[in-house]
Amino acid sequence: MQTVIDNFGLLMRGLAVTLQLSALIIVIGTTIGVFGGLGLLYGPAIVRAILRGYVDIVRGTPLLVIIFLIFYGLPALNVDISGFGAAVIAFSLFAGAHVSEIIRGAVAAVPKGQTDAAKALGLTFWPRIGSIILPQALPIILPPWVNTAVEMVKGSSLVVLVSVSDLMFATVKVAERTGDPMPLYITAAAIYIVVNLAISRFGVWLERRISYGVPV
Amino acid sequence: MATARTTTSPREVAAGSSGPMVRIENVHKRFGALEVLKGVNLDVQSGEVVCIIGPSGSGKTTLLRCINFLETYDEGRIYVDNELVGYAERNGRLVPAREKEIARIRAETAMVFQQFNLFPHMTALRNVAFGPVKVRGVPKEQAEQRARELLARVGLAEKADAYPGQLSGGQQQRVAIARALAMEPKVMLFDEVTSALDPELVGEVLAVMQDLAASHGVTMIVVTHEMMFAREAADRVVFMDGGVVVEHGPPDQVIGAPRSERLRTFLRRFTTA
Ligand SMILES: Nc1ncnc2c1ncn2[C@@H]1O[C@H](COP(=O)(O)OP(=O)(O)O)[C@@H](O)[C@H]1O
Ligand SMILES: [Mg+2]
Repeated sequence: MQTVIDNFGLLMRGLAVTLQLSALIIVIGTTIGVFGGLGLLYGPAIVRAILRGYVDIVRGTPLLVIIFLIFYGLPALNVDISGFGAAVIAFSLFAGAHVSEIIRGAVAAVPKGQTDAAKALGLTFWPRIGSIILPQALPIILPPWVNTAVEMVKGSSLVVLVSVSDLMFATVKVAERTGDPMPLYITAAAIYIVVNLAISRFGVWLERRISYGVPV
Repeated sequence: MATARTTTSPREVAAGSSGPMVRIENVHKRFGALEVLKGVNLDVQSGEVVCIIGPSGSGKTTLLRCINFLETYDEGRIYVDNELVGYAERNGRLVPAREKEIARIRAETAMVFQQFNLFPHMTALRNVAFGPVKVRGVPKEQAEQRARELLARVGLAEKADAYPGQLSGGQQQRVAIARALAMEPKVMLFDEVTSALDPELVGEVLAVMQDLAASHGVTMIVVTHEMMFAREAADRVVFMDGGVVVEHGPPDQVIGAPRSERLRTFLRRFTTA
């Protein structure tokens, strides 16, 4: 226990990196996902084909393979990239593919009559999506989206393999140095659980906030 | 889709000038190999109430959806208030109109659907006020004031804050009519708006439409199986079958003294029922 207390500052600095990385991944991944999901449904044939390829390939590839492909692949193409940068790109591509599919499915589940009614009022594409379709898709999007966010926080621990000094990295280093791994890994696990519980609670709160009237 | 077509009659009439409110000229529509509209011709005058009757599958819904371009059409022309719907003419050819142009014409042709299609995440009031605010740029307070008047007109003043999921089918459909009216459209399209309702709720919706028709404030094209309504409210009844207009004329003539065998066969169902 003393090792944990002695190295708490290091662990917290690691946690800060983990949170920063996770937040970036979730924001970028969600942005990719919104446009990806809408593109899969409403894009011209060529855009749909490209997005379908992206989503299926990324979803069928282990995350670690994507991370290594970016981390070792980009320097091979003479693109300088830090471990952190490679991790952000790899995770965002990964999250983006998953969120694309989530949003595509949720938007497709909104009854077609809603689009008809919105069009009949004279709404163009983006107002229709923003005011009519997405608000109805949101309750369907939220649970799997929260799930993806949690997966990304947990998955971010993989960045130790490209030497990003996140929570996992700090834990591993301190454990090696002190030769007292158990309390450290238990502490790391507890921190991950707390962060993910917080995300889940936030999701539930959001779900409550956006639910309306009586279910239709 | 909009394959290149040559102009048969170049029209340069500006919106708002004289002419029918809706002009449908030789409209053809195919879904793949299936030709659903096979040359429909119909003019509807400003303020006129036209009821379209006909057997299921005859293309009534498709025709209505072509008028506000929820469906594209493959041949012919549709004009609303002298404006070509869905296409623009360039060098005698029709090319797809821009999204904004299509949206602008749609805003003039309100539609009430069989399944109501109210926005479930908005209250009745917001459903009605939404279009004017979002599409017409009417200030929110003014739009909501007007929405309350319209809800009162359809007998739902006290339901302004209810969500669609809290309303009966008949109430939802009346909100949908108020939503359509709020756009102050030039034309209102009604597609079997009582067909999805429990029998005891049909009357309240028909009463609202009857009232609307009697005011002659707006051009109405009403697809319906309610023969009583057609008889009492319509200026003209149109009988469609097999993707064409078979007969049209005053209700007494079309429903009372049908000329074609097809129409007689169709009407027999209603007299025996
Ligand atoms: N989106 C569509 N795709 C393919 N066929 C369609 C579509 N919409 C309608 N149809 C077909 O077109 C025909 C006419 O349909 P519709 O216009 O709904 O007739 P009505 O409203 O008179 O019952 C029917 O055979 C129907 O199956
Ligand atoms: Mg129909």
